[in-house]
Amino acid sequence: MAVIEVKGVSRFFGGLAALTDVTFDVQKGTILGLIGPNGAGKTTLFNVVNGFYAPSRGEVRFNGNVISGLKPHQICRMGMARTFQVVKPLQRMSVLDNVIASAFLRVKNRTEAEQLAFDTLRFTGLYEDRDVISKGLPLGKRKRLEIARALATQPEMLLLDESFAGLNPAELDQSIDIIRNIKAKGITIMIIEHHMKVIMSISDHIVVLNYGQKIAEGSPDQIRSNPLVVEAYLGEVQGA
Amino acid sequence: MKKASPYLLAAILAVLPLLGLSSYWMHILILVVMWSVIGMAWNLLGGYCGQVSFGHAAFFGVGAYTSGILYNKLHISAWWGIPLSIVATAVFALVIGFICLRLRGPFFALGTLAMGVILRVSAENLTGITEGDLGIMLQERTWVEKTWYFYIILLLAMLAFIAIKMIVESKLGYYFVAIREDQDAAESLGINTTFYKTVALTLSAVITGLAGAFYTNYMGYIDPKIVFALHDISVVTIMVVMVGGVATYWGPFVGAIIMVFLAEMIRSIPKLGAAHHTFFGILLIVIIIYLPNGIVGDLPKLKRLFGVRRSA
Repeated sequence: MAVIEVKGVSRFFGGLAALTDVTFDVQKGTILGLIGPNGAGKTTLFNVVNGFYAPSRGEVRFNGNVISGLKPHQICRMGMARTFQVVKPLQRMSVLDNVIASAFLRVKNRTEAEQLAFDTLRFTGLYEDRDVISKGLPLGKRKRLEIARALATQPEMLLLDESFAGLNPAELDQSIDIIRNIKAKGITIMIIEHHMKVIMSISDHIVVLNYGQKIAEGSPDQIRSNPLVVEAYLGEVQGA
Repeated sequence: MKKASPYLLAAILAVLPLLGLSSYWMHILILVVMWSVIGMAWNLLGGYCGQVSFGHAAFFGVGAYTSGILYNKLHISAWWGIPLSIVATAVFALVIGFICLRLRGPFFALGTLAMGVILRVSAENLTGITEGDLGIMLQERTWVEKTWYFYIILLLAMLAFIAIKMIVESKLGYYFVAIREDQDAAESLGINTTFYKTVALTLSAVITGLAGAFYTNYMGYIDPKIVFALHDISVVTIMVVMVGGVATYWGPFVGAIIMVFLAEMIRSIPKLGAAHHTFFGILLIVIIIYLPNGIVGDLPKLKRLFGVRRSA
């Protein structure tokens, strides 16, 4: 069953086509990897799916309902949460307060919100850092805070925008485990990632964008051997 | 101890009039408490929700004129202005919010600045309703003594303090701070930022309006230049909070004490007194550079500073 259906989505900024006629589905309970060179339109696609931009053409469906045109907060309430590539922690709040603020989406009183926040922080390995003001967190933990905050809204669908960029190998392994555990909870994930090893190992399905167009789609093995993808993207990585 | 301190302070303030203070000192006390109410109101919107308003005189004035017009046109006690100003300022804030809250950051500040000026000019010219520059004068004051005025504004201040503390510690408070820290992040966490900013603006406006309605009753005279004043109300409101401590419970109270006393002291200096706004401006610059979180917010910093001096 498709949780998200992206149907013929185009998005223009003035004369620039950031996305052109992109179509794909995300199946329930799977991890969909979204890859492509810099400027391919990955983050723009996230912004369209999550409601920051309305698509210029086409539509996005979430559990069968058209969501394009809705505001991000409405889409989040329907069960879709996201993280940002450029992390946006609520800087002058503690890690715990960051997560409590998002936990309030589904629970009404403070005790429950706090409980949910504690659980989420344990799940993402940030419990020890709960009292740190988030401005002072190192990047790796800030990336995880993004994930924790998104999870505290109790989503059905999670959009992760480069949650692995800039992590050291130890942090990388930890984050991969977290993503796998999220999937094990039955949450569907769409993830943007440049780290090929990571994306190939965790994704069930991969969509490749280049210059705003979908150039390939398939299982990690299919993508690895697709000549178009190798030319546009993987070739550069291997040659580097 | 810390939990009891608001009650302790309220108790101390409540017995002050029994000491037989002069009328002048009672006036100063009333001003301090009134300014802390306005400061608390501004702090809710500007400090916690991060929406800096340069037009709080508009809400103060709407509250004040609610009282004044009720008295002048309907010939009922101006005290009715206190409950009815809640309705009047709330409706007004919703309209303003609808217009200004689609603006972000400095644009919102400019929008509110304009709103304050628009209201002053309107009040000056709608002579049929507001009596224009003639102002509205209450023929007789309720009390000659200031004691009861003091208790009324003290009660309003206590209610405002409790209400704001409850709001800040609830879901609303978390949402306000989330909006202040990052509006896009807040939006993606499922927070309807437009709605919650409107809530913050309306709550802030209503509390400011209550202070305005009280002002009419207390002073017995209002005109547009007084209650819609940009520098004497809107800017002083910001100063009270900035000096005292943005986004702290006690900041507005500390700021009100300092600003009211400072204004009185500077005004009494011969020749220089007329330039008190200049001093306020310099003070604001110093505060922003050295104590950006205000006296309450930067208390640890201040303590360290004095600690070092003592040991040296």
